Amino acid sequence: MSKISLAVEVAGLRLRSPLMNAAGVLGMSPPILKRVYDSGAGAVVTKSIGPAPRTGHPNPTLVRVSCGALNAMGLPNPGAEYFVDEIKALKEMGVPVVASFFGGSVEEFAEVASTLSKAGADALELNASCPNVQEELGMLASDAGNVEKVTATVREETRLPLFVKLSPNVTDIKEIAMAAERGGADAITAVNTLKGMAIDINFKRPILTNTTGGLSGPAVKPVALRCVWEVAEAVDIPVIGCGGVTTWEDAIEYLLAGASALEIGTAVMTHGFEVYGQVNEGIRRYLEMNGFSGIKEVVGLAHQIGEEQDSRADRCSIRV
Amino acid sequence: MHIKSEKNRTVELTDVVSECRDVSSLIFRDEETRGAKPGQYLMVWLPGVDEVPMSVSAIDMDGLSRITVRGVGEMTFKLNSLSTGDRVGLRGPFGNGYTVQGDKPLFVAGGSGAASLMPLVEEMHRQGTTPTFVLGARSADMLLFADRLEETLGENLIVSTDDGSRGYSGYASGYAAMLMEEDAFDMVYTCGPELMMAKVYQSARGHGLPIQASLERYVKCAVGLCGNCAIGPYRVCKDGPVFDADMLSEVRSEFGVSQMDASGRLIRVEH
Repeated sequence: MSKISLAVEVAGLRLRSPLMNAAGVLGMSPPILKRVYDSGAGAVVTKSIGPAPRTGHPNPTLVRVSCGALNAMGLPNPGAEYFVDEIKALKEMGVPVVASFFGGSVEEFAEVASTLSKAGADALELNASCPNVQEELGMLASDAGNVEKVTATVREETRLPLFVKLSPNVTDIKEIAMAAERGGADAITAVNTLKGMAIDINFKRPILTNTTGGLSGPAVKPVALRCVWEVAEAVDIPVIGCGGVTTWEDAIEYLLAGASALEIGTAVMTHGFEVYGQVNEGIRRYLEMNGFSGIKEVVGLAHQIGEEQDSRADRCSIRV
Repeated sequence: MHIKSEKNRTVELTDVVSECRDVSSLIFRDEETRGAKPGQYLMVWLPGVDEVPMSVSAIDMDGLSRITVRGVGEMTFKLNSLSTGDRVGLRGPFGNGYTVQGDKPLFVAGGSGAASLMPLVEEMHRQGTTPTFVLGARSADMLLFADRLEETLGENLIVSTDDGSRGYSGYASGYAAMLMEEDAFDMVYTCGPELMMAKVYQSARGHGLPIQASLERYVKCAVGLCGNCAIGPYRVCKDGPVFDADMLSEVRSEFGVSQMDASGRLIRVEH
């Protein structure tokens, strides 16, 4: 029997696997991203690239917590012009590249998007949601109007598939996702890290230089999964799930909740690069054992089953 | 990896001893560090200053461990000015560490490199192997662990100084190349300035010798996530810091040539 294909199509991007690395994880240099791809990812996502080089926050930038990690890297990146060659290098190695990017203003977002598009990226992921640079850059993703505006402006700069990555640190993520869709996003990545902090009890002060950081890993999975569920109900464009995916069971949960693809980050800390291959194999076995012919059949299935239950409940209530 | 060792904690320094010019050892009791392998490192934190990787330079000597710090910048000067009873933050030990291998190993250390190699020398010595050790420094007063090494290795310790103020006059890598010519070693361990290690690697390669070299890069997360310490396809923080001959061969276009700065741009390796 031939193996079931794990290929998916997300916003016009055809991938051999639904898995990618999460932005900010391992995305600094082409050889490391190639290793992510060789480990089984369908595409790789770069570190978020801005208009100019940034060193990010001073150490400590990462704190290990139960079931995850807190980080406040502060968007270190070599700048868009420098990164053009890195994207070209990845393309020469045959690796599909999603270029994550950010800016300090609407104009900067557009400028960086344009540079990275010309560099040959296969798709762009607009990082509207880094929790670690709020004082400097503000949290774009907490305002629907701003998200729509920046998405629309970037939309005019590029024909590439455009993902918009949202924050879980908002009152109503559905509203923000709909704003991105109105602005012309081709997909929603849900979600970035959950804002948190850690304090050293002997020094009696926050550990991260930035005081607060973004929580990732298994600790955030239930929150991120709920976000994917809500976004999937709110928009018609595909959703890319991100948040604590560590095992293939996590991946299936996300697919059932409505994710068409997945980004895996923090699990590399606990499971190594092998996590991509392990999750791929687990998804494949699940598809086989449940008689599915491809991933598409699983995407959002929990919503349909939910609806069936609702309609049964309706019938019951009519009878009563 | 045990989660507990990856978590932040603080330790009180039980002692601070001066080792040689600009270099001090900080001594502390930490359960997690007691289980370190030679060649592993700790992330050492001083609030408001920085968090930096530091090789474990003594493991579980009667329960005590140490790091050895050369004062080269704000963080290391501040670490060296600490006193008994002061606290530092720790996480780790991290990294792969050295693999104990070979009946007739050659060690080559320069600068502060002996800090990372010392626990390995002690472990091999306990197992009955007395390595040949070339210890280099710019001058006699900068030789790190010369006494401790002499005590363990006797005549197998060869000292070299750039200015000839003690021992062989010249670079440790030069003396090591000569030794490889004369004698049949079956493993080379090296730690120190990268340009020195690159030369040692060339010599070892020329003689078809296996090698383990401990590399240094700008480490941020230390758990293999951020990618800032990448060299080729490897993360120095997690796949390293110890690189074997195959790994070094894979990263040879960067080894001794370029390294990533905090923003991810490649800059020249200066020493």
